[in-house]
Amino acid sequence: MKLTGAQALIKSLEMEQVEVMFGLPGGAILPVYDPLIDSSIRHILVRHEQGAGHMASGYAHATGRPGVAMVTSGPAATNIVTPLCDAYMDSVPIVVITGQVAYSVIGTDAFQEADTVGITMPVTKHNWLISDAQDIPRVVREAFHVATTGRPGPVLIDLPKDVANAPMEWYWPEKVDLPGYKPNVKGHPRQIKDAARLINEASRPVIYAGGGIMNSGASRALRELAELTGIPTVTTLMGRGALPDGHPLCLGMPGMHGNYTAVTSMQKADLLVTLGARFDDRVTGKVSTFAPDAKIIHVDIDPAELGKVRFADVPIVGDVRTVIEELIKAVKAEHARTDPPDIAPWIAQIRDWQDRYPLKYTQEEGGPLKPQFVIERLRDNTPDDCILVAGVGQHQMWASQLWKFKLPNTWVNSGGLGTMGYAVPAAVGAKVGRPDRMVWAIDGDGCFQMTAQELVTASAERIPVKIAILNNAYLGMVRQWQELFYEERYSEVYLSPDLPDYVKWAEAMGCIGMRVDNADDVVATIEKANEIDDRPVVIDFRTDWREKVYPMVAAGASNDDIILGPEFGEGGR
Amino acid sequence: MTSRVLHHILTVTVENKPGVLSRVAGLFSRRAFNIVSLAVSPTDDDRFSRMTIVVDAESAPLEQVVKQLNKLIPVIKITEVPPAEGVERELMLVIVKAAAETRSQVTELTAIFEAKIVDVGYEAMTIMVVGEPEKLDAFSDLVKPFGIVELQRTGRIALPKLARESTRLRSVKTARG
Repeated sequence: MKLTGAQALIKSLEMEQVEVMFGLPGGAILPVYDPLIDSSIRHILVRHEQGAGHMASGYAHATGRPGVAMVTSGPAATNIVTPLCDAYMDSVPIVVITGQVAYSVIGTDAFQEADTVGITMPVTKHNWLISDAQDIPRVVREAFHVATTGRPGPVLIDLPKDVANAPMEWYWPEKVDLPGYKPNVKGHPRQIKDAARLINEASRPVIYAGGGIMNSGASRALRELAELTGIPTVTTLMGRGALPDGHPLCLGMPGMHGNYTAVTSMQKADLLVTLGARFDDRVTGKVSTFAPDAKIIHVDIDPAELGKVRFADVPIVGDVRTVIEELIKAVKAEHARTDPPDIAPWIAQIRDWQDRYPLKYTQEEGGPLKPQFVIERLRDNTPDDCILVAGVGQHQMWASQLWKFKLPNTWVNSGGLGTMGYAVPAAVGAKVGRPDRMVWAIDGDGCFQMTAQELVTASAERIPVKIAILNNAYLGMVRQWQELFYEERYSEVYLSPDLPDYVKWAEAMGCIGMRVDNADDVVATIEKANEIDDRPVVIDFRTDWREKVYPMVAAGASNDDIILGPEFGEGGR
Repeated sequence: MTSRVLHHILTVTVENKPGVLSRVAGLFSRRAFNIVSLAVSPTDDDRFSRMTIVVDAESAPLEQVVKQLNKLIPVIKITEVPPAEGVERELMLVIVKAAAETRSQVTELTAIFEAKIVDVGYEAMTIMVVGEPEKLDAFSDLVKPFGIVELQRTGRIALPKLARESTRLRSVKTARG
């Protein structure tokens, strides 16, 4: 069967069971947009290419399947670099297809030419420039394989216009042949045995669970391991929901804005069972003083993470779910041989920290609306399986701290790269992937202004996402750092609460816009928003600009020097 | 001189495809690993090329360099050749000032080093030296007083010494992710 390269690309995407893609056409990708008309694939027309990339990422987070975005060459390709980098840092499987100028003119500075493969090399797991239409099915097959196996990540296919127009003979490769790519899934049995022995000897163990739990579908296995051993578990920013927050062994989020118990239990631990986490600097604080007494078990499918930041006493390369399942068996065998030490005193210590140092804020009667109050009311008035999306900044930290995640894959945010503007497009992508779920985004006013135009996409495509803007009229996290570390010298952080008028803006984009400026109206407005299911909703919550995120470990400081905040008086420091 | 830096030698088999050198070089720069020298050459199998990369051992732990390299999909195999356990060779071309009064001394040095004069001009000679990198260092030091006009070195290539009683080749290929 003879096809054009463009037809082969669309057919290959169908073979990969792509149901939806996010994109925006342009000159170099025009040939591919033509066969798209006849395809079963739903295309969502974005308003900016960055939106397409983050939507693909939100889709992947919510569904566990790869998200697909397609844009043209040059400026479109450079606009999608941020989402690629974001997905690379957070190990999100997305496949980006970019148009390219004709292969015959590459290198001549042709109109809308950019060296896309060169530009995106450092921010993709792999990328391909296709020079022959006959290669298209093979490359698409390889791209999806690379994106979704091993440590997931973004990939990019650059397709020159003349290649898209060239004829090819259709085929579909039975298997992928990449001699230099063989992810190791199964952990080494001896290492697993060593890990089980360490677990059975530890008296102050903590499980440190990261985003890898979600990527490998290891949530249930994690729960079984925690319950079998009784080991308290912290869930990182990327790992929130790995173990339900309501579980007695879940200690919540560690790190720079983690709660006192999560941070301190890691500091005092004698063993960290690290599962799909990577000792990010926002978790460890000053590395040389991080968890000084802890032995480290480190399980990761990416061997380069083992020993990268912190020496691992027992490194295990493998898929985290497979390894946990083996580890459970090995721990049971250890239990049969010897009794583990009594960890009740350790648990008692942890309960004492939890009682003494909870997350705290005060919503005063008639006082300014506290952002934490809004988040808690939203949390309590949405279904258990609601997908929560966040941008980057104070609102993200409060959301991660205060939300009670009950299921994995219900938390979508930009962790590693910290991409402001992530929430709106990612929420759209998540809702497209899970139309059955309610999708709420908690966003900051600064973030919202970066990508709000994707609400036009949402309205046009009838994607009813809900956005709660915590509008404190500031780039709040930057303001917080200037207040604490730059002697309250505020430099370029004020945004104004009224400019733009978020309600009018929402309405102009085809959404319902609402405004709340006091605590009494919060719940009623959320309930109203929950009932709207035919278009997006935006609520402009006017929150207290003075509020800061606590606890906090200053950048570069030791996690021992955690600052609890003014709610704990002078001793909060 | 290259051979005096504390270094590791990696011979890396890569797919012979466009852009592979750029992927490897880009990885070194973005992970802040320093390359002392790099030589790329075809192998007996035209699907693959071989890179001999000399890594500054102080810039990064070798393990991390190898693991990151292994994550590149076109990288097929990585072998570390510990300096003491490899056969290393490098080629140098050097133009040395050699007017009538010093020419004989330069020629004599060339003979001692078993090097070769490959081009002669009125005021200078081009000399080719092949050998271990240390030998090239020594030669360039010795001809320096005469005046070096230009100097080029290929960067070293290396193969492990052949096993006699035990296997010396240490493969550091790890599982990849």
